[in-house]
Amino acid sequence: MTSATSDEIVAARAPWSAILRAGQSLQIIDLHGNQAVDTLFYAVNGDRVDPTGRYSAQATVAAQRNIFLTTGSVLRAADGRALVTIVADEVGNHDTIAGACSKESNTLRYGHHTVHQHACAENFLAEAAKWGMGKRDIVSNINFFMNVPVEADGTLGIVDGLSAPGKSLTVRADTDTLVLVSNCPQINNPCNGFDPTPVRMVITDS
Amino acid sequence: MTTASTDGARSHARSQASGASMRVPDLPDGVDDTRLVWAEAVPAESYVSRVLGRGTRLRLSDPDGGACAHLLLFRADASWERLNVADTMKVPWQAYLGVGHPLLSDQGRLLATIVADTSERHDLLCGLSPAGQQKMLLAAAKHGMDIRDIAPSATLFKGVRVEDTGALTFTGSAGPGAAVDLLIHLPVVVAVVNTAHPLDPQPATTGLDIVAWRADEELSVPVNTDPEYSRALFNTESTWAAAQ
Repeated sequence: MTSATSDEIVAARAPWSAILRAGQSLQIIDLHGNQAVDTLFYAVNGDRVDPTGRYSAQATVAAQRNIFLTTGSVLRAADGRALVTIVADEVGNHDTIAGACSKESNTLRYGHHTVHQHACAENFLAEAAKWGMGKRDIVSNINFFMNVPVEADGTLGIVDGLSAPGKSLTVRADTDTLVLVSNCPQINNPCNGFDPTPVRMVITDS
Repeated sequence: MTTASTDGARSHARSQASGASMRVPDLPDGVDDTRLVWAEAVPAESYVSRVLGRGTRLRLSDPDGGACAHLLLFRADASWERLNVADTMKVPWQAYLGVGHPLLSDQGRLLATIVADTSERHDLLCGLSPAGQQKMLLAAAKHGMDIRDIAPSATLFKGVRVEDTGALTFTGSAGPGAAVDLLIHLPVVVAVVNTAHPLDPQPATTGLDIVAWRADEELSVPVNTDPEYSRALFNTESTWAAAQ
């Protein structure tokens, strides 16, 4: 029997966080389609973050020998520990190499006129502070529902997404894990279809 | 030689250096030795860290073909600003390192630029093994940092390529004698661990050579004309100028 212990809407452009206890699942529903959900995971002891248990995009990619995340991908800390596992995916692949947008990197990518636009790094910093973390704790993240191909010559970029309204992805916690999310506010590339929208977060006991 | 007394132990200790040999990497031809700031041979499975000033040219080389240099860069005066491998791929629209590639901080600034590269076998995707992470932690700890500062790293001299499916192919080393030169744009802590790439089926590593010299005049000659690079250079130069 499955019962939802939490069912929340994350507003467009907003941060969100919650702790998943080992065995609990989080379903992320892309309500309107092609909405990047920038996400970090941190192992916790009780409600305290374990700094050695921070998500590592590199450890995750090296262990599965593939840059794309999908069903079966184990999302790992730098020491190789499993934090969560993707147990369902209606999209096919998700990014973990392109990182989060920031006001600072927006100046490089789109020009200095974008420096005061909202960005994921702002959401991460604000939400991390609630858990006693700061800038040093923010690392390369996962971009659920974001599509970043790498071509044969190494060219990579954020292109039109593979998701669609109502599609979802579910992770199951392998250990007690804090989930830190920025519902991406980027308006200068197709990661949100140029129109940031809300997403739904459903936590269930398995 | 007895070491039973302090006198004997001191004599024993002081006699060791004169009888030892230690290889020091040579400066490149054409570089005046008054410009030298660092020359060190890094054995397999060891690490080094050093503060380097703006305008330093840093050469890492792989004399025997089996080095694997895992690299982190931090602002020396603000270590929470550090190499961001995601921005280092995303901003220049290029996953593979080569000449002209910026090594970007998380604040939209250039920490370094690759200005020469005879290897072309590098990787920003896989990082360090857990054992290598522990060595990087020691390198960072000596500059007052801790595990939270050990962000994703760049790896030189061992390559990886991405297939259409997203799968990774390990392409290994370019062979003996390859070198990579970085031009340092802001004062940085450079931390380097010479240990195996996590996908290397033959993880035995060989020595890594490091040489660095003053090259301030190179700061005024950009090696990349992309708009993203030009804006990173603007952010870097304006930040530096404002702080003087």
